[in-house]
Amino acid sequence: MSTERTTESCLRIVWIYPDLLSTYGDRGNLLILARRAAMRGIPVETLQVRSDQPMPANADIYLIGGGEDGPQALAAQRLIADGGLHRAVNQGASVLAICAGYQLFGHSFFAKGAKCAGLGLLDIGSDRGETRAVGELRGDIDPRLGLPPLSGFENHGGRTHLGADVAPLARVTAGIGNDGQTEGAWHGKIIGTYSHGPALARNPDIADLLLRWAIGVDSLATLDDTWADRLRSERLAAAGV
Amino acid sequence: MPIRAKVASSVSRTAAALSRAAGRGDGSVIGGWIGLKIDPDLLRNLAHGRAIALVSGTNGKTTTTRLAAAAVGVLGPVATNSFGANMPTGHTSALAKAGTTPYAVLEVDEHYLPRVIEDTTPHVVALLNLSRDQLDRAKEVAMMAQMWRTALAAHPDVHVVANADDPMVVWAAAHAPHVRWFSAGQRWHDDSWVCPESGDPIERSGGDWWCTGCWLRRPAPQWQVEDDGVVDPGGDWHLIKLQLPGRVNLGNAATALALAAEFGVRPIEAVSRLSTVASVAGRYAQVERDGRLIRLLLAKNPASWLEAFDMAELAPTLLSINARDPDGFDTSWLYDVDFSPLRGRPVLITGERAYDLAVRLEVNDVPFRHVRTFDEAIASTPAGRLEVIANYTAFQDIRAELNRVN
Ligand SMILES: [Zn+2]
Repeated sequence: MSTERTTESCLRIVWIYPDLLSTYGDRGNLLILARRAAMRGIPVETLQVRSDQPMPANADIYLIGGGEDGPQALAAQRLIADGGLHRAVNQGASVLAICAGYQLFGHSFFAKGAKCAGLGLLDIGSDRGETRAVGELRGDIDPRLGLPPLSGFENHGGRTHLGADVAPLARVTAGIGNDGQTEGAWHGKIIGTYSHGPALARNPDIADLLLRWAIGVDSLATLDDTWADRLRSERLAAAGV
Repeated sequence: MPIRAKVASSVSRTAAALSRAAGRGDGSVIGGWIGLKIDPDLLRNLAHGRAIALVSGTNGKTTTTRLAAAAVGVLGPVATNSFGANMPTGHTSALAKAGTTPYAVLEVDEHYLPRVIEDTTPHVVALLNLSRDQLDRAKEVAMMAQMWRTALAAHPDVHVVANADDPMVVWAAAHAPHVRWFSAGQRWHDDSWVCPESGDPIERSGGDWWCTGCWLRRPAPQWQVEDDGVVDPGGDWHLIKLQLPGRVNLGNAATALALAAEFGVRPIEAVSRLSTVASVAGRYAQVERDGRLIRLLLAKNPASWLEAFDMAELAPTLLSINARDPDGFDTSWLYDVDFSPLRGRPVLITGERAYDLAVRLEVNDVPFRHVRTFDEAIASTPAGRLEVIANYTAFQDIRAELNRVN
């Protein structure tokens, strides 16, 4: 929980407000990133920053997870008031934002029937869909990112509209994502997705992309992803197409 | 009982017997379903004239119901839904099957609690806990607490027995005129960091907790677990000897005693009855096969996985995961469970979602071996104890392999 001890030689990963946004096993992304870095011999420091603590601006990767309406609105208010995350993004930090966390990176989102101001760090806006999107999600990721298909599970009532300043993370081939056509968004080193919870468990290549962005390298040593590959194949097949 | 209810009740009993004879489950749901079709007020009619206790919560309700039925049994015959059929059809069926009894102790699915309170006008309601369970379809935890709170406000005569260690439960029961608090400990805190009353953070220290922004805090419990026994409201300590493993079941025993006390059962009369319960709908059952002593532990959500690790002995352990409708289709919860207590014992994994589990265990640095079938699991462990921990449908699958052990 300490936010003071920082070492320049460490890769620092912050999990934003686990007390508010950790409804769906979001811890998994922190564990997976830390492990994949450590297996490459990269020293890692992980910080869980609660909503009553100041947000450090000097970490390399920030993770923010899913949650219910009340905590989502509270998290947005506190992050705007704190300002640490904005400074970090302006300094080039990498971000993985999931579900409620993805929505609150945009200009606005709906929670508890009201429109709430977001962080404005992604050019997106979210509102409520007619139906809840629940189930397997699959999409072909933006070719510029050079990654294999996205596999995930989605569970959200939101619909997200992308502005000109972001690109869709993927074209949907199964499931709903933003609107049935596109899924997630990315801009700079920020990735947002409706693939909820431990999204990196099924998408280790996205984990490695975040690590590459943070470290500033084009490639990393290959890891044995036998089990993750089996899981991906099974889930991609289960999603159909 | 009105004539229509009498007919419905007898049809319900017959249907249950037919369903059993046809080998379709234990008949505890189908009979009630037919009965309620004939007489929608059947549950209300069957409940009339009985002193009823309801037991609800995310975890421990089947076991607590079983223990409480044993404790209340001191007073006379008790009707109960011992197969875990915990929705109104199951209650209807259980009461019809039991015939006339002065008492009933019913396990109630947490979503149905308000409706079953309405239908059965219970004397006691025991509220165990509220945590995440099958999140891709269940209502949010805070919404459930709100539903309970509203239901209790409409029934001020109900005697509430509630868990002082769970902020969501305390908030739901806080304004009930008759409430007895028990403390059974709570290992799982991840669904109660935010106060349901004010939205402020909840602080914890030792066993205590309080909201940092409003009046909500842990009430002083009248019933608590201490060492291997239970302290009653008079301060007397009672040794509890259970056949069921783990500290969590000691907590369930404390709850059962607190519930029975609301009917006037003294703990000293009830404790010996608690030790007669050996397994609950297959849970904790021990079966011998090919020299392996297999014990079945059900773990259906993050909180109950932590409890299962606490109960399991240091022995080869088979984990089985499915994600069918009753389990919830989403396996994200695997990352809410810390599997590290399994390090140092041989771990086998199986089930339809074994690959999700494989990736989780790898991240958790827990070595494992994947097996395709239950027989393969047995074949690949040495003679001796084999602990099996499985989620809901995986548990039922393995129970079927073992001839529906009870
Ligand atoms: Zn409060």
